[in-house]
Amino acid sequence: MHRSQEPHDPMGTMNSLDSCCGQPALKKLALLARALIFLAMLTLLDGPVHAAAESVVPSSSMPWWFWPLALFVTCFFIGIVAVPAGIGGGTLFVPIIGGFFPFHLDFVRGAGLLVALASALAAGPLLLRGGLASMRLALPLALLAAISSIFGAMLGLAMPASLVQILLGVIVLGIVVLMLTAKKSEFPHVAQPDRLSSALGIHGIFIDGASGQAINWQVHRTPLGLFIFLLIGVMAGMFGIGAGWANVPALNLLMGAPLKVSAGTSSLVLSLVDSSAAWVYINRGAVLPMVAVPSVVGMMAGAKIGARLLNVLKGSVIRKMVIGLLLFAGFRALLKGLGIWV
Amino acid sequence: MGLRNNDIMNAPISENAQLQKTEASLYAVLLDWGTRVGLVVLVLGFAAYVLGVVAPHVSLEQLPQLWNQPVAIYLQKTGTPTGWGWLVHAGKGDIFNLFGIAILAGCSVPPLLGLIPLYLKRRDYAYAGICAAIVLVLVLAASGVLSGGH
Repeated sequence: MHRSQEPHDPMGTMNSLDSCCGQPALKKLALLARALIFLAMLTLLDGPVHAAAESVVPSSSMPWWFWPLALFVTCFFIGIVAVPAGIGGGTLFVPIIGGFFPFHLDFVRGAGLLVALASALAAGPLLLRGGLASMRLALPLALLAAISSIFGAMLGLAMPASLVQILLGVIVLGIVVLMLTAKKSEFPHVAQPDRLSSALGIHGIFIDGASGQAINWQVHRTPLGLFIFLLIGVMAGMFGIGAGWANVPALNLLMGAPLKVSAGTSSLVLSLVDSSAAWVYINRGAVLPMVAVPSVVGMMAGAKIGARLLNVLKGSVIRKMVIGLLLFAGFRALLKGLGIWV
Repeated sequence: MGLRNNDIMNAPISENAQLQKTEASLYAVLLDWGTRVGLVVLVLGFAAYVLGVVAPHVSLEQLPQLWNQPVAIYLQKTGTPTGWGWLVHAGKGDIFNLFGIAILAGCSVPPLLGLIPLYLKRRDYAYAGICAAIVLVLVLAASGVLSGGH
């Protein structure tokens, strides 16, 4: 079967279509997630001491209206480049806004989750109608990831901002590595579905828009997939960066769902996972409308333009630019967290 | 006549695809409407807030000295309540925006609830249970019981 064009994604949430990783990279991702959770648990035990010593972000002398305007413009451009780069806007949002804007990381993560949520919600109906998102595949994974994302959000808010910045830097640099070593499998071969996926009837058919072919698909390694989604949920809640970059490799390379179904289903999972994590931030007062609303609106407007420019912009160039941006933002988060570049 | 889960598992591919299409269409319609309503409320609320149509709880001029603080300090300095306490101040320009945000964060619940009768009709109890469990998780998260909002 020939490789086909990527599906139309007006909201830019089929975010990791190009950012899938190989099997070793997936294992590294799981190891990284486990290490982060361990570190987070240690920090949570020691949280109040660190939190008390936590410093605020330097304030700005600009008038109040400058920053929401700058947010809108920045998010608009992030939205434009996110679609051709094949990465979710939320993944760029938190490190860039957290690194270069005067908002505390608590509010940036709350806004980041809403940016990822709004994009996933806006794209969801289109993907479902196009047969690119599978309810039967998404729902069991989303259940576990939604539960763990609450835990992740609570951990993230309990940790000192400096440690979250350091972990965020590590995660963002890890995403860069995933993007650089990206491999993907358009139609993975699943010889035999596992018992759980058979019992749940997780299989389907989608019409590939490019070739017009009807593709039957089924999945395997469902128990391991469920475990990976537990970890993904923790990361999504903790950093507020959305998790399409991790969802797609897990669905595509681990469970064997076709690439397009993986990308579409990832968006559906994100809409549920980010909802549950967002409630934690809302309930804790960490959603500041002045930060969240211009970001959501700017990102969605930019993503619409980005989708229209898909055929005009050179995807590989944009992708390199985004990798450069992520590298810079990742190092910035690391250095900020370590107190070297505040 | 409804199909059992085993029937779905063993159903011919075309029949399985048709069943999944029905689920997806219902979910998509309800999600689409929820998202649209949420975005409209969000944008209108924000316009009223920044244009000064409705007075905010925290003044716009004061914000730059507060948004760089950790959330705990922000809440302490502004007297902003946590959990659903914001409803008391819902008439304030900034707090009103939480309505749009809450609609977006909660708009997956109606589509999930809509799927439950569909699955029950097919005797697909596993998926009816999964939908109910996700709704429960979202409601508990929203209530603040799981997330410590109260």
